[in-house]
Amino acid sequence: MQARTRFMLAVVVLFLLMTGPFLLTALIVWVETAGEAREMLVKVLSPHLTLGTLLTAMGFAAGVGVVRVLFRQYVQGLLRMSENLRLMLGANRGFRVQPEGPPEVQQLAVATNELASQRDVLLQDVEAQIGRAKASVELEKDRLAALMSELTQSVVVCNLDGRVLLYNNRARAQFRALSDAPGVAGGGELIGLGRSIYGVFERNLIAHALDTIQQRLRRGAAQAQANFVTTTRAGQLLRVQMAPVLSLAAPALVAAESTAVAAGSVTGVQQNAAAEGDGAGNAGGGAFPAAPEVAAAAVTSERTLTGFILMLDNITRNFETESRRDQMLHNLTEGNRASLANVRAAADMLEFEDLTDEMRTRFRKVVRDEVQAMSQRLDHTANEFADSLKARWPLEEMLGADLIAAAQRRIEARIGLPTKLEEVDESLWVKVDSFSLIQAITYLASRLSDEFEVREVRFRLSAAGRLVHLDLIWSGQAMSTETVMSWELEPMKIEDESSPLTVRDVVDRHDGEMWLEREKVRHRAFFRILLPAATPQEQAEAETYLRGESRPEYYDFDLFAWSEKSHELDDRLLSELSYTVFDTETTGLNPSQGDEIIQVGATRILNGKLLRAESFEQLVDPERPLAPESAKIHGITSEMLRGQPTIDKVLPAFHAFAADTVLIAHNAAFDMRFLQLKEEQTGLRFDHPVIDTLLLSAVVHPNQESHRLEAIAERLGLTIVGRHTALGDAIVTAEVFLKLIPLLAEKGIRTLRDAREAAEKTYYARVKY
Amino acid sequence: MDKKVLIADDEQNIVISLEFLMKREGYQVEVANDGEEAVRRIRASRPDLVLLDVMMPKKSGFEVCQEIRSDPEMAGIRILMLTAKGRDTEVAKGLALGADAYMTKPFSTRELVDKVRSLLEH
Repeated sequence: MQARTRFMLAVVVLFLLMTGPFLLTALIVWVETAGEAREMLVKVLSPHLTLGTLLTAMGFAAGVGVVRVLFRQYVQGLLRMSENLRLMLGANRGFRVQPEGPPEVQQLAVATNELASQRDVLLQDVEAQIGRAKASVELEKDRLAALMSELTQSVVVCNLDGRVLLYNNRARAQFRALSDAPGVAGGGELIGLGRSIYGVFERNLIAHALDTIQQRLRRGAAQAQANFVTTTRAGQLLRVQMAPVLSLAAPALVAAESTAVAAGSVTGVQQNAAAEGDGAGNAGGGAFPAAPEVAAAAVTSERTLTGFILMLDNITRNFETESRRDQMLHNLTEGNRASLANVRAAADMLEFEDLTDEMRTRFRKVVRDEVQAMSQRLDHTANEFADSLKARWPLEEMLGADLIAAAQRRIEARIGLPTKLEEVDESLWVKVDSFSLIQAITYLASRLSDEFEVREVRFRLSAAGRLVHLDLIWSGQAMSTETVMSWELEPMKIEDESSPLTVRDVVDRHDGEMWLEREKVRHRAFFRILLPAATPQEQAEAETYLRGESRPEYYDFDLFAWSEKSHELDDRLLSELSYTVFDTETTGLNPSQGDEIIQVGATRILNGKLLRAESFEQLVDPERPLAPESAKIHGITSEMLRGQPTIDKVLPAFHAFAADTVLIAHNAAFDMRFLQLKEEQTGLRFDHPVIDTLLLSAVVHPNQESHRLEAIAERLGLTIVGRHTALGDAIVTAEVFLKLIPLLAEKGIRTLRDAREAAEKTYYARVKY
Repeated sequence: MDKKVLIADDEQNIVISLEFLMKREGYQVEVANDGEEAVRRIRASRPDLVLLDVMMPKKSGFEVCQEIRSDPEMAGIRILMLTAKGRDTEVAKGLALGADAYMTKPFSTRELVDKVRSLLEH
């Protein structure tokens, strides 16, 4: 009910209250008197009736006045106050109610004002706390970044999709060395935020390492890490250590820990680094002195793997040194062993009394020659051996049963061959490079299956002193020694997956042996692989792990939540895609008439940020003369192009640089035409989604005449530097695109699909006129 | 009847001593300078014992050993492997492939003679 209605009602009630009793009394008196008495009554009352009415009217007026005052003060006053309160609640937090009206209302106003002040203080406090927390997170990030850039080891952090979230300078330098075309993209096509690590490492290798880590986590192992060594496409040898990035499932726990962690953040990181460095896991007690029970709870709660850290060492050179050293050691030991045998035997012979002179001379000559040969070997080794480095294939210790279980899974998954276990000693630990070893076992099983129609393989694991026998058993005929030799010495190939290694390489890597044995009675045969045994890992390490648990806090990056698989590219927001923005300079405007690309420049956009540091710029030898007048446009002369790589060298690097991204160019059709004309020559298809800033500008500003890059940049308030170099133009285009994103959103164009459809429409509209 | 011993080794400097030693012990001696020759000679002249070096050109001692052991007709031939490698994995492999005994270089000639004698007596 509205206030005004209620006021009217109150007035009516007042009127009824004031007049009602009097009129009722009059009516009763009127009814009860009759005849003369009534006439008398009229006669007596009539002269006073006016006065009575007048007095009643005056009383009523006074009553209405009182009601009105009360109404103004208690109803309208409170209503006004509630409006003000609402103002205080939202739009104007600093506003305070003016205490006015009757004392009760004034007290209410004062109390409300006090409440508001209290709220403001609390709010400010919360904001200050958020600010402090943010600052400390920033500080931690800075520290982490500083620490990472100081590290001599290269570090790459990835999410589970293999997207790079973080890398350090060292990693960048290392990837440059890994690039197929180091001069062209400077390794930028391999590493960059948001890029896939599978561009460098085989997917299987990473998957296997993750699998190993998961298995260890499930067993509650203290150090859930995996090591592997791999060769890259460019023939480099990398030693990789993988550590998991874990996050706790229970958010309350994370909050509880964060204070403790923030206190000891730097020490925590250093301890972790140290622990990883020497593998001893000797993190000191500093990180978690205050909250052991929290840490214990953390371990029992479910830890989920959200990503992984790769620490890389390029050991190509070390390995070469190592091989040379091995060779020397080999010469020294085996060569001298043989020589010693010869000398010793000859010396023994010389002791016989019945020697002929001729024989005696011959034995003496043997002794002389061999001793001389040994001296030479020693000298040679002493010279060469001075600079030796310790770098071996890192073998990791693992439970033999785990190794076999992994091999079984792989054989069943890859070649669909059933496997069984036979006498597996569960207590045995082995020292192995599990990836290559499982590859070798799978390879042997696949050849057994392909060439000897073996239907099932079995595993056996038994101890043999400091060695372990790993047997791969099958029923049926055994192959010839020559066949075994060829299996051992041919590079491994399982279906489409091939490796430069041979089974012999893998066995040598373990300093082991392998041979074929027959069990004639049971009509079976088996390959026996001798592997080094390891002493069982101590479970006591678990305690060290509790203290080192703080690590996930340092990688509190939102990027971990980012999973590309979950979205179809078309329905992704423009603001969250990753882009390669590029431009080309050419000899002319007609690619079909032989004009060629002379420069490619590109930069990247990731999560709405321009990554200038990750750019690509390369001059290209067009293999045709350059019209001198074109130099006026792009400033590139034929001297500058001499000795530059040709397009069939540059495009593959650019293609890799642009992998998994959306391409952006200004007047993209022009540049795309040049790229597409090279498809046949290079075998590379540029079938990425393409965005044209020219068309998008026309979508946003349909009434503007010019959509040249300069004009758009000026309109959007961008300053232009370095125009008309390919990279300069690409950067301007990227900035234009970033400015266009919010303008497009105003028009309801948010996803890649929206943008494409809008661009198509404009394109046809422009074509029509 | 004189026992026949085949020496399979590519190093002349040891062959000369072994040959002298074996002859002195009264055995008939034959020499092979690589793995293939060793197999050929073993098949042809069926020696009672082979002194088999592991590291030989063309065919390694392991291969020669395996080949001989795969032929039941030659089951009686004793094989004494000699190697300059001291690794126990190799010793294990040699014995697993059917060698009767294994000696690591350098060895004492006296022990070698004892070993040959004991192998030939059985």
